[in-house]
Amino acid sequence: MDKTALMATIKEVVAPYTKNPEALATLNEDTDFLRDLKINSANLVDVVLDVEEKFNIVIDNESMEKMINVRAAMEVVENKLAAP
Amino acid sequence: MERVVITGMGVVAPNGTGIPAFTEAVKQGISGIRFDPQLEALDFSCRIAGTPEVTEALKLQYFDPLELKGFNSGAVLYGVMAGMEAWQDARLPGGKEAQQPDWDSGVIFGTGSSGVDKMREAIHRVDELQVRRLGSTVVAQTMASGISAWLGGKLALGNQVTTNSSACTTGAESLLMAYDRIRAGKARRILAGSTTDGGPYVWGGFDAMKVCTFKNNDRPAAGSRPMSATASGFVPGAGAGALVVESLESALERNATIYAEIAGGHVNSGGQRNEGSMTAPNSEAVQRCIREAVREAGIHPDEIDAINGHLTATSKDATEVVNWSLALNRSGTKFPYVNALKCLVGHCLSASGSIELVAAVLQLQQGFLFPNINSEDLHPEIAAIVPREKIPQQLVYKDLQVIAKASFGFGDVNACVILKKYKP
Repeated sequence: MDKTALMATIKEVVAPYTKNPEALATLNEDTDFLRDLKINSANLVDVVLDVEEKFNIVIDNESMEKMINVRAAMEVVENKLAAP
Repeated sequence: MERVVITGMGVVAPNGTGIPAFTEAVKQGISGIRFDPQLEALDFSCRIAGTPEVTEALKLQYFDPLELKGFNSGAVLYGVMAGMEAWQDARLPGGKEAQQPDWDSGVIFGTGSSGVDKMREAIHRVDELQVRRLGSTVVAQTMASGISAWLGGKLALGNQVTTNSSACTTGAESLLMAYDRIRAGKARRILAGSTTDGGPYVWGGFDAMKVCTFKNNDRPAAGSRPMSATASGFVPGAGAGALVVESLESALERNATIYAEIAGGHVNSGGQRNEGSMTAPNSEAVQRCIREAVREAGIHPDEIDAINGHLTATSKDATEVVNWSLALNRSGTKFPYVNALKCLVGHCLSASGSIELVAAVLQLQQGFLFPNINSEDLHPEIAAIVPREKIPQQLVYKDLQVIAKASFGFGDVNACVILKKYKP
Protein backbone atom coordinates (compact mmCIF):
# COMPACT_ATOMS: atom_id res chain seq x y z
CA MET A 1 0.00 0.00 0.00
CA ASP A 2 1.45 3.39 -0.97
CA LYS A 3 1.78 6.19 1.56
CA THR A 4 -1.01 8.32 0.10
CA ALA A 5 -3.53 5.49 0.29
CA LEU A 6 -2.34 4.55 3.79
CA MET A 7 -2.73 8.12 5.03
CA ALA A 8 -6.17 8.37 3.44
CA THR A 9 -7.28 5.22 5.26
CA ILE A 10 -5.95 6.50 8.59
CA LYS A 11 -7.75 9.77 7.99
CA GLU A 12 -10.96 7.85 7.43
CA VAL A 13 -10.44 5.90 10.66
CA VAL A 14 -9.79 8.95 12.87
CA ALA A 15 -12.52 11.10 11.32
CA PRO A 16 -15.37 10.05 13.67
CA TYR A 17 -13.20 10.69 16.75
CA THR A 18 -11.80 14.09 15.87
CA LYS A 19 -13.15 17.24 17.48
CA ASN A 20 -11.26 19.52 15.10
CA PRO A 21 -12.49 19.30 11.49
CA GLU A 22 -9.96 21.93 10.28
CA ALA A 23 -6.99 19.83 11.44
CA LEU A 24 -8.60 16.76 9.88
CA ALA A 25 -8.94 18.57 6.54
CA THR A 26 -5.21 19.37 6.52
CA LEU A 27 -4.12 16.04 8.01
CA ASN A 28 -0.46 15.19 7.31
CA GLU A 29 2.29 12.99 8.79
CA ASP A 30 2.93 15.47 11.60
CA THR A 31 -0.70 15.65 12.72
CA ASP A 32 -0.93 14.70 16.40
CA PHE A 33 -4.04 12.79 17.46
CA LEU A 34 -4.53 14.52 20.80
CA ARG A 35 -3.00 17.97 20.28
CA ASP A 36 -4.19 18.64 16.72
CA LEU A 37 -7.23 16.46 16.16
CA LYS A 38 -8.41 16.92 19.79
CA ILE A 39 -9.30 13.25 20.06
CA ASN A 40 -10.36 12.31 23.59
CA SER A 41 -7.46 10.28 25.03
CA ALA A 42 -9.84 7.47 26.04
CA ASN A 43 -10.75 7.10 22.35
CA LEU A 44 -7.15 6.32 21.31
CA VAL A 45 -7.77 2.64 22.03
CA ASP A 46 -10.81 2.76 19.75
CA VAL A 47 -8.71 4.32 16.98
CA VAL A 48 -6.21 1.46 17.31
CA LEU A 49 -8.97 -1.18 17.22
CA ASP A 50 -10.43 0.43 14.10
CA VAL A 51 -6.98 0.51 12.46
CA GLU A 52 -6.59 -3.21 13.27
CA GLU A 53 -9.92 -3.96 11.67
CA LYS A 54 -9.24 -1.84 8.59
CA PHE A 55 -5.89 -3.50 7.84
CA ASN A 56 -6.62 -6.92 9.32
CA ILE A 57 -3.61 -6.73 11.63
CA VAL A 58 -3.01 -7.08 15.38
CA ILE A 59 -1.21 -4.24 17.14
CA ASP A 60 0.67 -5.14 20.32
CA ASN A 61 0.65 -2.93 23.43
CA GLU A 62 4.12 -1.49 22.77
CA SER A 63 3.20 -0.41 19.23
CA MET A 64 -0.09 0.94 20.49
CA GLU A 65 1.71 3.27 22.88
CA LYS A 66 3.63 4.80 19.97
CA MET A 67 0.54 5.58 17.91
CA ILE A 68 0.08 9.19 18.94
CA ASN A 69 0.38 10.83 15.54
CA VAL A 70 -0.17 10.02 11.87
CA ARG A 71 3.48 9.24 11.14
CA ALA A 72 3.77 6.72 13.99
CA ALA A 73 0.47 5.12 13.03
CA MET A 74 1.63 4.72 9.43
CA GLU A 75 4.91 3.16 10.56
CA VAL A 76 3.17 0.68 12.84
CA VAL A 77 0.79 -0.37 10.07
CA GLU A 78 3.59 -0.65 7.48
CA ASN A 79 5.68 -2.79 9.84
CA LYS A 80 2.77 -5.09 10.63
CA LEU A 81 1.83 -5.44 6.96
CA ALA A 82 5.47 -6.18 6.06
CA ALA A 83 5.85 -8.80 8.80
CA PRO A 84 5.85 -12.35 7.48
CA MET B 1 -35.93 27.06 54.85
CA GLU B 2 -36.11 27.41 51.08
CA ARG B 3 -39.36 26.51 49.35
CA VAL B 4 -38.71 24.05 46.55
CA VAL B 5 -40.55 23.77 43.25
CA ILE B 6 -40.53 21.76 40.04
CA THR B 7 -39.76 23.76 36.91
CA GLY B 8 -39.09 21.22 34.17
CA MET B 9 -39.92 17.64 33.21
CA GLY B 10 -38.86 14.98 30.75
CA VAL B 11 -39.91 11.38 30.20
CA VAL B 12 -39.23 8.28 28.15
CA ALA B 13 -42.06 5.90 28.92
CA PRO B 14 -43.43 2.76 27.27
CA ASN B 15 -46.55 4.66 26.22
CA GLY B 16 -44.90 7.90 25.16
CA THR B 17 -41.47 9.39 24.55
CA GLY B 18 -41.36 13.05 25.49
CA ILE B 19 -43.79 15.00 27.67
CA PRO B 20 -46.38 15.85 24.95
CA ALA B 21 -46.81 12.23 23.76
CA PHE B 22 -46.76 10.87 27.32
CA THR B 23 -49.35 13.40 28.55
CA GLU B 24 -51.69 12.49 25.72
CA ALA B 25 -51.25 8.74 26.28
CA VAL B 26 -51.82 9.04 30.03
CA LYS B 27 -54.97 11.14 29.60
CA GLN B 28 -56.37 8.84 26.96
CA GLY B 29 -55.52 5.69 28.89
CA ILE B 30 -53.26 4.35 26.13
CA SER B 31 -51.24 1.32 27.20
CA GLY B 32 -47.57 0.94 26.35
CA ILE B 33 -47.59 -2.80 27.04
CA ARG B 34 -46.84 -4.97 24.01
CA PHE B 35 -46.13 -8.59 23.21
CA ASP B 36 -42.34 -9.14 23.24
CA PRO B 37 -41.18 -11.85 20.80
CA GLN B 38 -37.71 -11.94 22.39
CA LEU B 39 -39.22 -12.93 25.74
CA GLU B 40 -41.17 -15.67 23.98
CA ALA B 41 -38.06 -16.90 22.16
CA LEU B 42 -36.21 -17.06 25.49
CA ASP B 43 -39.03 -19.04 27.09
CA PHE B 44 -40.07 -16.44 29.66
CA SER B 45 -43.29 -17.02 31.58
CA CYS B 46 -44.26 -13.36 31.12
CA ARG B 47 -44.03 -12.44 27.43
CA ILE B 48 -45.46 -8.92 27.57
CA ALA B 49 -43.52 -5.82 28.55
CA GLY B 50 -43.37 -2.04 28.39
CA THR B 51 -40.42 -0.92 26.28
CA PRO B 52 -40.16 2.73 25.15
CA GLU B 53 -40.01 3.39 21.43
CA VAL B 54 -36.91 5.41 20.50
CA THR B 55 -36.06 6.01 16.84
CA GLU B 56 -32.50 6.46 15.56
CA ALA B 57 -33.41 10.00 14.49
CA LEU B 58 -34.51 10.82 18.03
CA LYS B 59 -31.27 9.42 19.49
CA LEU B 60 -29.32 11.85 17.29
CA GLN B 61 -31.14 14.78 18.91
CA TYR B 62 -29.45 13.89 22.22
CA PHE B 63 -26.22 12.09 21.28
CA ASP B 64 -23.56 12.77 18.67
CA PRO B 65 -22.62 9.96 16.25
CA LEU B 66 -19.38 9.20 18.10
CA GLU B 67 -21.27 8.68 21.37
CA LEU B 68 -23.56 6.23 19.59
CA LYS B 69 -20.61 4.17 18.32
CA GLY B 70 -20.68 0.91 20.29
CA PHE B 71 -23.56 2.28 22.36
CA ASN B 72 -25.77 -0.32 24.04
CA SER B 73 -27.08 1.01 27.35
CA GLY B 74 -30.81 1.48 27.76
CA ALA B 75 -30.42 3.16 31.14
CA VAL B 76 -28.08 5.83 29.75
CA LEU B 77 -30.17 6.26 26.59
CA TYR B 78 -33.49 6.79 28.38
CA GLY B 79 -31.97 8.80 31.22
CA VAL B 80 -30.09 11.22 28.98
CA MET B 81 -33.16 11.80 26.83
CA ALA B 82 -35.48 12.41 29.79
CA GLY B 83 -32.90 14.49 31.66
CA MET B 84 -32.05 16.71 28.70
CA GLU B 85 -35.74 17.20 27.90
CA ALA B 86 -36.40 18.30 31.49
CA TRP B 87 -33.47 20.75 31.47
CA GLN B 88 -34.59 22.23 28.15
CA ASP B 89 -38.19 22.33 29.35
CA ALA B 90 -37.02 24.40 32.33
CA ARG B 91 -35.30 26.74 29.82
CA LEU B 92 -31.98 26.31 31.61
CA PRO B 93 -28.70 26.89 29.80
CA GLY B 94 -26.15 24.15 29.34
CA GLY B 95 -24.92 22.00 26.56
CA LYS B 96 -22.10 22.50 24.10
CA GLU B 97 -22.16 26.29 24.37
CA ALA B 98 -21.53 26.23 28.15
CA GLN B 99 -17.86 27.08 28.72
CA GLN B 100 -17.85 26.76 32.52
CA PRO B 101 -19.56 24.43 35.01
CA ASP B 102 -22.70 25.78 36.69
CA TRP B 103 -21.69 25.47 40.37
CA ASP B 104 -25.28 25.92 41.55
CA SER B 105 -26.75 23.08 39.47
CA GLY B 106 -26.33 19.34 39.97
CA VAL B 107 -27.88 16.01 39.11
CA ILE B 108 -29.13 13.17 41.29
CA PHE B 109 -30.22 10.51 38.85
CA GLY B 110 -30.83 7.00 40.08
CA THR B 111 -30.81 3.58 38.50
CA GLY B 112 -30.98 -0.05 39.52
CA SER B 113 -28.49 -1.19 36.93
CA SER B 114 -26.84 0.36 33.91
CA GLY B 115 -26.03 -1.08 30.52
CA VAL B 116 -26.78 -4.70 31.30
CA ASP B 117 -26.77 -5.50 27.55
CA LYS B 118 -23.42 -3.74 27.19
CA MET B 119 -22.07 -5.71 30.15
CA ARG B 120 -23.28 -8.92 28.51
CA GLU B 121 -21.30 -8.01 25.35
CA ALA B 122 -18.24 -7.34 27.51
CA ILE B 123 -18.58 -10.61 29.43
CA HIS B 124 -18.68 -12.57 26.17
CA ARG B 125 -15.61 -10.74 24.83
CA VAL B 126 -13.64 -11.30 28.03
CA ASP B 127 -14.50 -14.99 28.10
CA GLU B 128 -13.36 -15.26 24.46
CA LEU B 129 -9.95 -13.85 25.54
CA GLN B 130 -10.73 -10.60 23.70
CA VAL B 131 -10.50 -8.17 26.61
CA ARG B 132 -8.31 -5.81 24.57
CA ARG B 133 -11.07 -5.50 21.97
CA LEU B 134 -13.55 -3.99 24.45
CA GLY B 135 -12.51 -0.49 23.45
CA SER B 136 -13.22 2.56 25.59
CA THR B 137 -17.01 2.37 25.81
CA VAL B 138 -17.78 -0.27 28.45
CA VAL B 139 -17.11 1.58 31.69
CA ALA B 140 -19.06 4.75 30.98
CA GLN B 141 -22.09 2.73 29.92
CA THR B 142 -22.05 0.17 32.73
CA MET B 143 -20.88 2.01 35.85
CA ALA B 144 -23.84 2.63 38.15
CA SER B 145 -23.16 6.37 38.11
CA GLY B 146 -22.99 6.39 34.30
CA ILE B 147 -26.29 8.19 33.92
CA SER B 148 -25.45 11.08 36.24
CA ALA B 149 -21.99 11.33 34.66
CA TRP B 150 -23.42 11.55 31.13
CA LEU B 151 -25.98 14.19 32.15
CA GLY B 152 -23.46 16.15 34.22
CA GLY B 153 -21.16 16.38 31.20
CA LYS B 154 -23.82 17.23 28.66
CA LEU B 155 -25.28 19.99 30.87
CA ALA B 156 -22.00 21.27 32.42
CA LEU B 157 -23.28 20.72 35.96
CA GLY B 158 -20.87 21.79 38.70
CA ASN B 159 -22.79 20.93 41.86
CA GLN B 160 -23.27 17.37 43.15
CA VAL B 161 -23.36 14.78 40.36
CA THR B 162 -24.41 11.38 41.70
CA THR B 163 -26.57 8.30 41.28
CA ASN B 164 -28.78 6.85 43.98
CA SER B 165 -30.12 3.30 44.02
CA SER B 166 -32.92 1.92 46.17
CA ALA B 167 -34.84 -0.50 43.95
CA CYS B 168 -38.32 0.74 43.04
CA THR B 169 -38.18 3.73 45.40
CA THR B 170 -35.17 5.12 43.53
CA GLY B 171 -37.05 7.84 41.62
CA ALA B 172 -39.02 9.16 44.58
CA GLU B 173 -35.84 9.06 46.64
CA SER B 174 -33.80 11.06 44.10
CA LEU B 175 -36.47 13.79 44.11
CA LEU B 176 -36.36 13.97 47.90
CA MET B 177 -32.56 14.01 47.95
CA ALA B 178 -32.69 16.97 45.57
CA TYR B 179 -35.34 18.63 47.73
CA ASP B 180 -33.21 18.19 50.88
CA ARG B 181 -30.06 19.52 49.23
CA ILE B 182 -31.80 22.61 47.91
CA ARG B 183 -33.57 23.25 51.21
CA ALA B 184 -30.21 23.04 52.96
CA GLY B 185 -28.96 25.80 50.63
CA LYS B 186 -26.28 23.60 49.06
CA ALA B 187 -27.65 23.81 45.52
CA ARG B 188 -30.15 25.96 43.65
CA ARG B 189 -31.17 23.44 40.98
CA ILE B 190 -30.93 19.66 40.83
CA LEU B 191 -31.94 17.49 37.90
CA ALA B 192 -33.63 14.63 39.75
CA GLY B 193 -34.75 11.46 38.08
CA SER B 194 -34.27 7.78 37.56
CA THR B 195 -33.84 5.34 34.73
CA THR B 196 -33.61 1.64 34.02
CA ASP B 197 -32.50 -0.75 31.34
CA GLY B 198 -35.11 -3.13 30.05
CA GLY B 199 -34.90 -6.47 28.30
CA PRO B 200 -34.57 -10.11 29.23
CA TYR B 201 -31.35 -9.85 31.22
CA VAL B 202 -32.91 -7.28 33.57
CA TRP B 203 -36.36 -8.85 33.77
CA GLY B 204 -35.26 -12.51 33.93
CA GLY B 205 -34.73 -12.49 37.68
CA PHE B 206 -38.23 -11.15 38.27
CA ASP B 207 -39.71 -13.67 35.84
CA ALA B 208 -37.97 -16.47 37.75
CA MET B 209 -39.41 -15.18 41.05
CA LYS B 210 -42.88 -15.45 39.47
CA VAL B 211 -43.68 -11.87 40.43
CA CYS B 212 -44.53 -11.05 36.81
CA THR B 213 -47.88 -12.04 35.34
CA PHE B 214 -47.91 -15.07 33.05
CA LYS B 215 -51.68 -15.05 32.54
CA ASN B 216 -51.98 -12.15 30.11
CA ASN B 217 -49.61 -13.02 27.28
CA ASP B 218 -52.51 -13.05 24.82
CA ARG B 219 -53.81 -9.60 25.82
CA PRO B 220 -50.91 -7.18 26.38
CA ALA B 221 -52.93 -3.95 26.85
CA ALA B 222 -55.08 -5.66 29.49
CA GLY B 223 -52.10 -7.34 31.11
CA SER B 224 -51.10 -4.78 33.75
CA ARG B 225 -53.97 -4.82 36.23
CA PRO B 226 -53.34 -2.76 39.38
CA MET B 227 -56.13 -2.97 42.00
CA SER B 228 -57.94 -5.66 40.00
CA ALA B 229 -59.31 -8.88 41.50
CA THR B 230 -57.50 -10.64 38.65
CA ALA B 231 -54.14 -8.88 39.24
CA SER B 232 -51.64 -11.70 38.86
CA GLY B 233 -48.24 -10.00 38.91
CA PHE B 234 -46.59 -6.99 37.40
CA VAL B 235 -45.65 -6.40 33.77
CA PRO B 236 -41.98 -5.43 33.47
CA GLY B 237 -41.14 -2.08 31.90
CA ALA B 238 -38.30 0.30 31.20
CA GLY B 239 -37.70 4.01 30.64
CA ALA B 240 -36.80 7.13 32.57
CA GLY B 241 -38.37 10.18 34.15
CA ALA B 242 -36.72 13.49 35.09
CA LEU B 243 -37.74 16.56 37.05
CA VAL B 244 -35.91 19.86 37.51
CA VAL B 245 -36.06 20.62 41.24
CA GLU B 246 -35.32 24.25 42.00
CA SER B 247 -35.40 26.70 44.87
CA LEU B 248 -38.42 28.96 44.61
CA GLU B 249 -36.10 31.94 44.77
CA SER B 250 -34.13 30.76 41.75
CA ALA B 251 -37.30 29.91 39.83
CA LEU B 252 -38.76 33.37 40.48
CA GLU B 253 -35.49 35.09 39.53
CA ARG B 254 -35.52 33.26 36.21
CA ASN B 255 -39.23 33.80 35.73
CA ALA B 256 -39.52 30.03 35.24
CA THR B 257 -42.74 28.10 34.73
CA ILE B 258 -43.58 26.45 38.05
CA TYR B 259 -45.36 23.11 37.64
CA ALA B 260 -45.76 22.26 41.33
CA GLU B 261 -44.29 22.72 44.78
CA ILE B 262 -42.69 19.89 46.73
CA ALA B 263 -44.40 20.34 50.08
CA GLY B 264 -42.47 17.60 51.82
CA GLY B 265 -41.68 13.94 51.87
CA HIS B 266 -40.17 11.09 53.77
CA VAL B 267 -37.93 8.08 53.16
CA ASN B 268 -37.65 5.10 55.51
CA SER B 269 -37.29 1.34 55.76
CA GLY B 270 -39.13 -1.39 57.61
CA GLY B 271 -35.84 -3.00 58.52
CA GLN B 272 -37.08 -6.31 57.07
CA ARG B 273 -38.75 -7.01 60.39
CA ASN B 274 -42.26 -8.15 61.26
CA GLU B 275 -43.88 -8.98 57.89
CA GLY B 276 -41.20 -6.92 56.10
CA SER B 277 -38.57 -8.82 54.11
CA MET B 278 -36.26 -8.41 51.15
CA THR B 279 -39.32 -8.52 48.87
CA ALA B 280 -42.28 -7.54 51.08
CA PRO B 281 -43.01 -4.32 52.94
CA ASN B 282 -43.40 -3.89 56.66
CA SER B 283 -46.81 -2.18 56.79
CA GLU B 284 -45.96 -0.26 59.94
CA ALA B 285 -43.03 1.34 58.08
CA VAL B 286 -45.20 2.16 55.06
CA GLN B 287 -47.80 3.87 57.23
CA ARG B 288 -45.12 5.71 59.15
CA CYS B 289 -43.51 6.89 55.89
CA ILE B 290 -46.81 8.32 54.64
CA ARG B 291 -47.61 9.97 58.01
CA GLU B 292 -44.16 11.52 58.28
CA ALA B 293 -44.39 12.86 54.71
CA VAL B 294 -47.75 14.47 55.53
CA ARG B 295 -46.37 15.90 58.76
CA GLU B 296 -43.31 17.33 57.05
CA ALA B 297 -45.48 18.86 54.34
CA GLY B 298 -47.40 20.69 57.07
CA ILE B 299 -50.78 19.63 55.74
CA HIS B 300 -53.76 17.78 57.23
CA PRO B 301 -54.27 14.28 55.74
CA ASP B 302 -57.75 15.36 54.61
CA GLU B 303 -56.16 17.91 52.25
CA ILE B 304 -54.84 15.14 50.00
CA ASP B 305 -57.02 15.15 46.89
CA ALA B 306 -55.44 12.21 45.11
CA ILE B 307 -53.00 9.38 45.62
CA ASN B 308 -50.62 8.32 42.87
CA GLY B 309 -49.81 4.92 44.29
CA HIS B 310 -47.08 2.35 43.90
CA LEU B 311 -49.74 -0.29 43.04
CA THR B 312 -47.86 -2.81 40.94
CA ALA B 313 -50.67 -5.28 40.12
CA THR B 314 -49.67 -7.94 42.59
CA SER B 315 -51.52 -9.33 45.62
CA LYS B 316 -49.87 -6.52 47.63
CA ASP B 317 -52.10 -3.82 46.07
CA ALA B 318 -54.81 -4.40 48.67
CA THR B 319 -52.23 -4.16 51.47
CA GLU B 320 -51.05 -0.84 50.05
CA VAL B 321 -54.58 0.57 49.99
CA VAL B 322 -55.15 -0.57 53.59
CA ASN B 323 -51.89 1.16 54.56
CA TRP B 324 -52.93 4.42 52.89
CA SER B 325 -56.29 4.21 54.64
CA LEU B 326 -54.76 3.65 58.07
CA ALA B 327 -51.99 6.23 57.60
CA LEU B 328 -54.39 8.97 56.47
CA ASN B 329 -57.30 7.80 58.63
CA ARG B 330 -59.59 8.04 55.62
CA SER B 331 -61.92 5.50 54.02
CA GLY B 332 -65.20 5.23 52.12
CA THR B 333 -66.40 8.45 50.51
CA LYS B 334 -63.68 10.32 52.42
CA PHE B 335 -60.92 8.37 50.67
CA PRO B 336 -58.84 10.40 48.14
CA TYR B 337 -58.95 9.64 44.42
CA VAL B 338 -56.51 6.92 43.40
CA ASN B 339 -54.41 6.56 40.27
CA ALA B 340 -52.06 3.70 39.37
CA LEU B 341 -49.88 4.57 36.39
CA LYS B 342 -48.57 1.02 36.11
CA CYS B 343 -51.83 0.05 34.38
CA LEU B 344 -50.49 1.98 31.34
CA VAL B 345 -46.71 1.50 31.49
CA GLY B 346 -46.15 -1.62 33.60
CA HIS B 347 -43.58 -1.61 36.36
CA CYS B 348 -40.58 0.40 35.19
CA LEU B 349 -38.54 -0.76 38.22
CA SER B 350 -35.98 1.86 39.29
CA ALA B 351 -37.50 4.34 36.79
CA SER B 352 -41.04 3.83 38.04
CA GLY B 353 -40.95 6.50 40.76
CA SER B 354 -39.75 9.23 38.41
CA ILE B 355 -42.10 8.36 35.54
CA GLU B 356 -45.00 8.27 37.99
CA LEU B 357 -43.91 11.55 39.59
CA VAL B 358 -43.96 13.15 36.15
CA ALA B 359 -47.52 11.87 35.73
CA ALA B 360 -48.48 13.13 39.20
CA VAL B 361 -47.11 16.61 38.49
CA LEU B 362 -49.01 16.71 35.18
CA GLN B 363 -52.17 15.71 37.07
CA LEU B 364 -51.71 18.55 39.51
CA GLN B 365 -50.73 21.12 36.91
CA GLN B 366 -53.48 20.30 34.43
CA GLY B 367 -56.09 19.08 36.93
CA PHE B 368 -57.02 15.57 35.90
CA LEU B 369 -57.39 11.97 37.02
CA PHE B 370 -56.35 9.55 34.32
CA PRO B 371 -58.17 6.32 33.48
CA ASN B 372 -57.24 3.38 35.73
CA ILE B 373 -57.56 0.88 32.91
CA ASN B 374 -57.91 -2.83 33.73
CA SER B 375 -59.41 -2.11 37.15
CA GLU B 376 -62.98 -2.93 36.10
CA ASP B 377 -63.03 -5.95 38.43
CA LEU B 378 -61.90 -4.11 41.53
CA HIS B 379 -60.28 -6.29 44.20
CA PRO B 380 -62.91 -6.86 46.93
CA GLU B 381 -60.55 -5.82 49.74
CA ILE B 382 -59.93 -2.53 47.92
CA ALA B 383 -63.61 -2.05 47.09
CA ALA B 384 -64.36 -2.42 50.81
CA ILE B 385 -62.28 0.70 51.51
CA VAL B 386 -62.46 2.83 48.35
CA PRO B 387 -65.70 3.59 46.48
CA ARG B 388 -65.60 2.82 42.75
CA GLU B 389 -65.97 6.50 41.79
CA LYS B 390 -62.70 7.29 43.60
CA ILE B 391 -60.86 4.95 41.20
CA PRO B 392 -61.95 6.45 37.87
CA GLN B 393 -61.90 4.34 34.72
CA GLN B 394 -62.29 7.36 32.45
CA LEU B 395 -60.43 10.66 32.21
CA VAL B 396 -61.86 13.11 34.76
CA TYR B 397 -60.89 16.78 34.79
CA LYS B 398 -60.79 17.94 38.38
CA ASP B 399 -58.98 20.70 40.22
CA LEU B 400 -56.40 19.01 42.43
CA GLN B 401 -54.47 20.91 45.13
CA VAL B 402 -52.45 18.13 46.78
CA ILE B 403 -51.24 14.75 45.48
CA ALA B 404 -49.42 12.13 47.52
CA LYS B 405 -47.03 9.89 45.59
CA ALA B 406 -45.45 6.84 47.15
CA SER B 407 -43.00 4.20 45.97
CA PHE B 408 -41.98 1.03 47.75
CA GLY B 409 -39.06 -1.22 46.89
CA PHE B 410 -37.16 -4.45 47.47
CA GLY B 411 -35.10 -4.20 50.62
CA ASP B 412 -38.24 -3.01 52.47
CA VAL B 413 -37.61 0.63 51.51
CA ASN B 414 -40.27 3.33 51.21
CA ALA B 415 -40.59 6.88 49.94
CA CYS B 416 -43.54 9.27 49.95
CA VAL B 417 -43.66 12.70 48.30
CA ILE B 418 -46.34 15.34 48.89
CA LEU B 419 -46.83 17.60 45.87
CA LYS B 420 -49.01 20.66 45.93
CA LYS B 421 -50.14 23.24 43.47
CA TYR B 422 -47.84 26.27 43.64
CA LYS B 423 -49.35 29.37 45.20
CA PRO B 424 -47.19 32.51 45.63
